[in-house]
Amino acid sequence: MKKFLRTGNPYIWLTACALTISMLMVGGLVALITMKGLGIFWPHTIVKFTLQDGTVVLGEIEKEEPIPQKKGMYRTKLKVGNRDVYGMDFRWIDNTDIISREYPLYALTFERREWGNMYGFLKGLKQDGDIQPLNLKELAPLREESKALLKRIRYIERKVIGKINYQMEKYRLALKHLMTQQYSVKAQEDIEEVKAKVENLEKTYREKEDMLAGLYAQAKEKEIIVLLADGKEKNIPVFNIIRVYAPNEMGVFAKIGFYLMKLWEFVSTEPREANTEGGIFPAIFGTVMMVFIMSIAVVPFGVLTAVYLREYADDNIVARLIRISVSNLAGVPSIVFGVFGLGFFIYFVGGNIDKVFFSESLPAPTFGTGGILWASLTLALLTVPVVVVATEEGLSAVPKSVREGSYALGATKFETLWKVVIPQATPGILTGTILAMARAAGEVAPLMLTGVVKLAPSLPVDQYFPYIHFERKFMHLGFHIYDVGFQSPNVEAAIPMVYTTTLVLLFIVLVLNLTAIVMRNKLRKRYRTTAL
Amino acid sequence: MENYYGKKEKNMIVPDPIVNIIDLILYYGKIKALKGIHLDIAKKKITSFIGPSGCGKSTLIRCLNRMNDLVEGVKIEGTVKIDGEDIYAPAVDVTELRRRVGMVFQKPNPFPKSIYENVVYGPRVQGIHKKSALDEICEKALKKAALWDEVKDRLRVSALDLSGGQQQRICIARAIAVEPEIILLDEPCSALDPIATAKIEDMLVELKTDYTVIIVTHNMQQAARISEFTGFFMHGELVEFDVTTEIFTNPHEKQTEDYITGRFG
Repeated sequence: MKKFLRTGNPYIWLTACALTISMLMVGGLVALITMKGLGIFWPHTIVKFTLQDGTVVLGEIEKEEPIPQKKGMYRTKLKVGNRDVYGMDFRWIDNTDIISREYPLYALTFERREWGNMYGFLKGLKQDGDIQPLNLKELAPLREESKALLKRIRYIERKVIGKINYQMEKYRLALKHLMTQQYSVKAQEDIEEVKAKVENLEKTYREKEDMLAGLYAQAKEKEIIVLLADGKEKNIPVFNIIRVYAPNEMGVFAKIGFYLMKLWEFVSTEPREANTEGGIFPAIFGTVMMVFIMSIAVVPFGVLTAVYLREYADDNIVARLIRISVSNLAGVPSIVFGVFGLGFFIYFVGGNIDKVFFSESLPAPTFGTGGILWASLTLALLTVPVVVVATEEGLSAVPKSVREGSYALGATKFETLWKVVIPQATPGILTGTILAMARAAGEVAPLMLTGVVKLAPSLPVDQYFPYIHFERKFMHLGFHIYDVGFQSPNVEAAIPMVYTTTLVLLFIVLVLNLTAIVMRNKLRKRYRTTAL
Repeated sequence: MENYYGKKEKNMIVPDPIVNIIDLILYYGKIKALKGIHLDIAKKKITSFIGPSGCGKSTLIRCLNRMNDLVEGVKIEGTVKIDGEDIYAPAVDVTELRRRVGMVFQKPNPFPKSIYENVVYGPRVQGIHKKSALDEICEKALKKAALWDEVKDRLRVSALDLSGGQQQRICIARAIAVEPEIILLDEPCSALDPIATAKIEDMLVELKTDYTVIIVTHNMQQAARISEFTGFFMHGELVEFDVTTEIFTNPHEKQTEDYITGRFG
């Protein structure tokens, strides 16, 4: 036995087991997220149950599970939708209660702008009090009509009224600025002029608002009548329908097409219904933009720090203390950085920027509140140790012989560093950047204090000067996951969104990392050290 | 042949000296690595330093372009003069000194850049940026290093893609490109095969017409083949310095004789 232990074989097994378990955990995690996340766009079959007590229900089967303590008995979780009618999306049904199970061909899924999905049969169209029969084909032109209407409404809301608001804000600040100036005839004239402009704008604003109200009224004119499973009828304005489809009728290819369309919608559109429906585009945009701003801030800063520490500082107790502190910074809980970002960046730096540059709009803060810049800088602080440590390693890996070669040609220390050492250390620097980016993309806690929001009204990049708005609040995938999963009004229905959003976050981190890794490998090849 | 070696002074009078080393003592921390070296080096000749490992010969040539400044804990006493100027005087610009005294190291250490960029690195640092001037310097240096014909069609290829011998000649070309007066070579062939070594030796003999060459070598045949003067070092002391043929055929010191006949070292 002792001999057997001495061979070391059991330890090899032990280490191999540990590795296997970790691999399984990572693989399982990714597999779980992928499975749960990618499933939600698949058009589910609609099933119609007739129960023993005579009720009829219609919906998608969510899952089936055995009932504990009752052997051989199962119950089904059915997504019945129609939240406005039934009050909840899901219903548990004991399988023993089910008398019949049908898959009606003409059962439809209605995706709506509010109240989630509706399942039922199309019965007719109600227009100006008249009711006439309607089938799915005849609905299509009506839907086109309402799409055009929506486009017009969106245009007026976003572009026209957005522009008016933008100008109003400018005039309001100008007015405030004029008021602070000393009284003079000229100033008085200017004030009058601005006031007149504001009045003008307000007039157009009211006009546009009336127009919008008219459009919204028009949107409600046409309603379809949906026959629900229990025989009730329900009216929905055509305008509120996003998509209608008959999943029981679809073939495999139609389903695949539908799936891809939904997937595209998910990554390219804005969220609806308190984030539980629609897409996550603003969150993707916010995450990527934040990671980029963070990288731009952290890489030069970290590299310069590392160059000083490794190349210039004497190796004395102070330098060693600083090095230890920098490494330990990586272990500080991230929320602490959030608090620091709030106190230093937002209240101190942002507050002072507001006082100097945006004093007209005070007390409403411009930079003195959370925003994408402050969040990015906070994360940059959080990831600085990673970059410093990796860069230091990269620098120390540059062989002494190469440095001596440069010195021997009459180069100064600075020239040697700049022309030979730092280029050769770039793979190390990039490794640090990769790690920093991965860490930053997944961090949520500090962001909650420094500028992330549930729903940002506009992206940090738009067509108004200065085009990139560093002070704006933004959406972030990590926070979105938390928000959808635990803060939304309809958590149960939104759970699949959590997995899908997580999958997107994983994918983005992967893409960012792969880009950096490819770059690093190219550079490594170029700057590999002497073959001999 | 007449023996220049003075018994007591340990200072041979060489013709037309360019370097005067006077009473040079060097400490690594508390260890005395050079114990009072007294030596002149002839202009436009090849001088070789031989001796067992750790005898201080590499340390000595690193004193000539002040590479030892980069090593921590080094303290130097005595004088080194090049063209009559004390190179350890406070007013001396070290980078200017290193431009005048080039160096090639034991292991080829080309920069991870193209062949062209390697050769013009020195001139670039000196502030030459004109493309035509750099091209000319590059060609001239590579020709002197007997490498031009081998690489002229692939100047943009990474220097690391060349063979060891070619890499070492790139390093020599790189040193020549800054037009030094003296070239120091620290065991330049120790990592190379005999054919590459022969090429470099031929080249060094060519270089002698324009430059003063000082070479540290473990290979006594090499010293005998190419150098006019040879110094034998042991334990941080210059045991014997003489015309090469004299050292190898008629050594005056017992230690020298023992070393070159292979009784130790």
